[in-house]
Amino acid sequence: MEKASAAPGNTPDAVSPAPTFFARLRWGKWLLLRRLSQAGILGLFLLGPWFGIWIVTGNLSSSMTLGVLPLTDPLLIMQSLATGFIPYQDALIGVAIVIAFYLLVGGRVFCSWVCPVNPVTDAAAALRRKLGIKGGRAPAASTRYWLLGGLLITAFLTGNLVWEFVNPVSMLHRGLIFGMGFGWLVVLGVFIYDLLVASRGWCGHLCPMGATYALLNRTALPRVSAERRAACDDCMDCFTVCPEPQVIRPALKGTDSPLIKDPECTNCGRCIEVCALDVFRFTTRFSASTHRRTTS
Amino acid sequence: MVASMPVKDSRRQFLATLSKLAGVAGGACLFSLGLGLYARQASALPAQALRPPGALAEDAFLAACLRCGLCVHGCPYDMLKLASPGTPVATGTPYFIARDKPCEMCEDIPCVVACPSGALDRSLKDIGKARMGLAALVDQETCLNFLGLRCDVCYRVCPVIDKAITLEKLHNPRSDRHALLLPTVHSEHCTGCGKCEQACVLPEAAIKIYPVKLAKGKLPDHYRKSWEERAAHGGSLIGDQIQMPVRGMEGAAGSAAVPSQPALDSTWKP
Ligand code: SF4
Ligand code: SF4
Ligand code: SF4
Ligand code: SF4
Repeated sequence: MEKASAAPGNTPDAVSPAPTFFARLRWGKWLLLRRLSQAGILGLFLLGPWFGIWIVTGNLSSSMTLGVLPLTDPLLIMQSLATGFIPYQDALIGVAIVIAFYLLVGGRVFCSWVCPVNPVTDAAAALRRKLGIKGGRAPAASTRYWLLGGLLITAFLTGNLVWEFVNPVSMLHRGLIFGMGFGWLVVLGVFIYDLLVASRGWCGHLCPMGATYALLNRTALPRVSAERRAACDDCMDCFTVCPEPQVIRPALKGTDSPLIKDPECTNCGRCIEVCALDVFRFTTRFSASTHRRTTS
Repeated sequence: MVASMPVKDSRRQFLATLSKLAGVAGGACLFSLGLGLYARQASALPAQALRPPGALAEDAFLAACLRCGLCVHGCPYDMLKLASPGTPVATGTPYFIARDKPCEMCEDIPCVVACPSGALDRSLKDIGKARMGLAALVDQETCLNFLGLRCDVCYRVCPVIDKAITLEKLHNPRSDRHALLLPTVHSEHCTGCGKCEQACVLPEAAIKIYPVKLAKGKLPDHYRKSWEERAAHGGSLIGDQIQMPVRGMEGAAGSAAVPSQPALDSTWKP
């Protein structure tokens, strides 16, 4: 991998004259694994309709694997519950399994390892960097939580799963399996918004699905740690690639634990592979690797 | 911001944050409400779109359905569709168009079994009790049987033949020597599967399935049918009627005799 040649001595003071930022930007182990994960999961869903191999049926909103494993999306169930409807046990078991899984690995792992919109917004971000588009107007990062609250209240008021009329995430995934219709327009809208209007605008500021998963992101076992932060030479590469750049600063520049514990961190691992000085690595939230008290 | 005026500065900052927060919250709420309105409008189900067997009443269905498509994948006949954006059915919900592909009325009702949410009600165990819609012979002007021919196709294909749909024999006044065999749907047994509409031989079906609410009339609650009451009671509830003589009309033709009503289905033979 290019990164290896970028930091030959693996020593903090080994100044890296090697590849340019963009060369390192493109692919790394974690990005590759994430794309494989995203494609693999989508592939499992498509095996049935495309090749008649029925391993998984349904879509990300609710699915059944091998006829035994029900999985249901928390936001879908939350909307349905908000209308006052109590779903069958199957859906409730499905959502319990999903919640347990994400509590363990980190809710926003959904965003970077599963969500079909992630490659779209990643592409928009990459193109934005390439074209050097700056500025734009990003709404406050808390907008997604307000939106989440608003859509649940609206679900309660209208008795309908209102978000599902526009939700690009379920729309794209459902569309790929069952037919897109005009769903492309919504996905295109997200792409253009991220490209021209707000950097990382959709996933980082608006998506209530990401907000829901962020709520499940406070107990994640795997966490990125800026373990060798002393080596950081302020090149800002990690800030540039991170979909939630604000989560890095406390860990990288703070004096407390170097663990990135912010619930918006998606565990994508991009910072790890773009850093020429190998500052970051995946570890667990319990790793007391460096000095000082490890909080909570 | 100027760092030398900490108090004023933090105050200004606080107000700025507050107004920004209000903007964000307000924006999100407004957007959600707009979305609610849009969702209401986009949830109007066109008459041709029928829900799978066991579907809850439309309002409850929209609240319950997770838009997952497990029912669609569960159907061995691949006749259910999941509404995509742009289709005039609530996005992501399952429906079928009878004229394209009707429900085959599987005995084990796999679509209902597959539904994880309860939008398709598992208390439906007998597919004969499903009410996906109700067939109605909507166009008597083009139905071949109404024109006096013997098409009968809708009747023949009905999985609940002779119960959900029957052929009612009527005298054909046009030829005066033939019968009309009129396809007649009985809501008590019709499941709304759509086989009849799909099979109708006309370029545009004369028999169509509609949501029950659209297809079915309703009598006022206080109406009683004398013949049903009589049958239930085992005789007239008010006893035999006294035949009153008609005064002043003695001798006028037909006055004494009760006029004989010709039966609709006379046992007329050619
Ligand atoms: S009863 Fe059978 S044919 Fe009809 S919708 Fe269900 S699975 Fe499909
Ligand atoms: S299986 Fe049930 S919840 Fe899923 S789409 Fe069909 S009706 Fe809706
Ligand atoms: S919809 Fe038509 S075919 Fe199906 S049960 Fe009713 S009358 Fe019979
Ligand atoms: S199939 Fe069509 S034309 Fe034939 S009897 Fe039925 S409704 Fe009439």
